[in-house]
Amino acid sequence: MSLVPPRSGGPRPNVPVVLDGEEVSAYEGETILALARRVGTDIPTLCYLDGLSIHGGCRLCMVEVAGDSRLPLACATPVTAEMEIRTDTTALRNHRRRVIELLFAEGNHICATCVSSGACELQDLAATNGVDHIHYALEFPRTDVDATHPKYVLDRERCVLCTRCVRVCDEVEGAHVWDIAHRGNSSTLVAELGKPWGEASSCTWCGKCVLVCPTGALSFKGRSTGEMRHDPDVIEFLTRLRDEGEWVDRQEVSS
Amino acid sequence: MTDATDRPRLRVATAWLGGCSGCHMSFLDLDEWLFDLHERADLVFGPLTDVKTFPDDVDLTLVEGAVTNEDNLELARAIRANSRVVASFGDCAVTGNVTALRNGMGEPQAMLERVYVEHPDLAGVLPTEVVPGLLPTAQPLHETITVDVYLPGCPPSADRIRTALIALLDALSNGHPLPDEWRGPEDLTFGN
Ligand code: SF4
Ligand code: SF4
Ligand code: FES
Repeated sequence: MSLVPPRSGGPRPNVPVVLDGEEVSAYEGETILALARRVGTDIPTLCYLDGLSIHGGCRLCMVEVAGDSRLPLACATPVTAEMEIRTDTTALRNHRRRVIELLFAEGNHICATCVSSGACELQDLAATNGVDHIHYALEFPRTDVDATHPKYVLDRERCVLCTRCVRVCDEVEGAHVWDIAHRGNSSTLVAELGKPWGEASSCTWCGKCVLVCPTGALSFKGRSTGEMRHDPDVIEFLTRLRDEGEWVDRQEVSS
Repeated sequence: MTDATDRPRLRVATAWLGGCSGCHMSFLDLDEWLFDLHERADLVFGPLTDVKTFPDDVDLTLVEGAVTNEDNLELARAIRANSRVVASFGDCAVTGNVTALRNGMGEPQAMLERVYVEHPDLAGVLPTEVVPGLLPTAQPLHETITVDVYLPGCPPSADRIRTALIALLDALSNGHPLPDEWRGPEDLTFGN
């Protein structure tokens, strides 16, 4: 499902929806997240990334919809006519805070020794959602670092299992190096069904997985604390140009 | 314990548990604002004083470091028993941080062997005298005692410390209770 707004001249948004008390018009089939972003309402997300398929795994984007006792995922739920959506209630804020705390509790997110500190989506989510401590008992799992690839490093301590890397490698690069192995607390990111990354012959060294990772789990080799910068937005750019058959200089597009 | 408004000056303490002292270095980075702090409060305990036992009737204690050994645990309990407001000061107190890196290795013995025996430059003997015994894991402060306020950062910047101290001292000298949200939202229960 593409969340890129249709180009001018296409159909106009004509599905009436109430978003946080305001009447707005949605496109047919548009997700709640796409609508919210289009009208400037912020909904926190983590696994969702423009340009990739929808995973619906992190649950951060949950919203309240009148008449629905569940909390639908904004990234994976299309709007329907007359839907009444709330994106920012006390209950939602508390749920989101707990989700973020659980993400911290199940990994070893030692920001002080992380390549991505200062430019990490998990850290930003904590700061913007008021997570100043983790009230769940921390797991302190024993995980490992895979530094076998000549150019990149995977630090499983910091992986939040968002599957962005899995999806980008499969859907955009077409290599499908990554998968999530095992279940529940044992879930872990593996290259080629469990090989060291450096021995995964299907890896083309394109680096897309590294660019989309929201945390310090994937990084360029040689980066030290706070030196890693990701660039997840590049994927939307790539897929849009690929869809539209346009390969022009990125600077031209943004100017 | 008397109401803080009865007293002209507040009693502030700092403590150094399992941390690198970086948070205290950042505290010293408050520079000339330390004079402003002194206008309102006495520093009654901590590595910046020469007091050996934790005093009674402290208004606010900033606690740096994780609870990683028996001495930390004892001091943390004394702090809680004698402080109106306890603040986790910096990431080691808030999450365990670097001090808790050893937890993934299992029993503390594993870490001690790795550092003192396997390390080529050390004598190959485990320290046993003077040093306090290690707890099974290094834990965030709030796993051991009730914490009222969290001040994350490794270390928290002097600006952040100043902002927090002003808010806390104002609340304490006005006799105001701390806002509930500082402790975090109520626990969720299943089924509602
Ligand atoms: S570098 Fe490219 S091909 Fe290799 S694992 Fe990452 S996304 Fe896949
Ligand atoms: S390595 Fe990064 S992108 Fe991949 S699942 Fe883990 S957190 Fe997500
Ligand atoms: S962003 Fe919707 S579930 Fe992760």
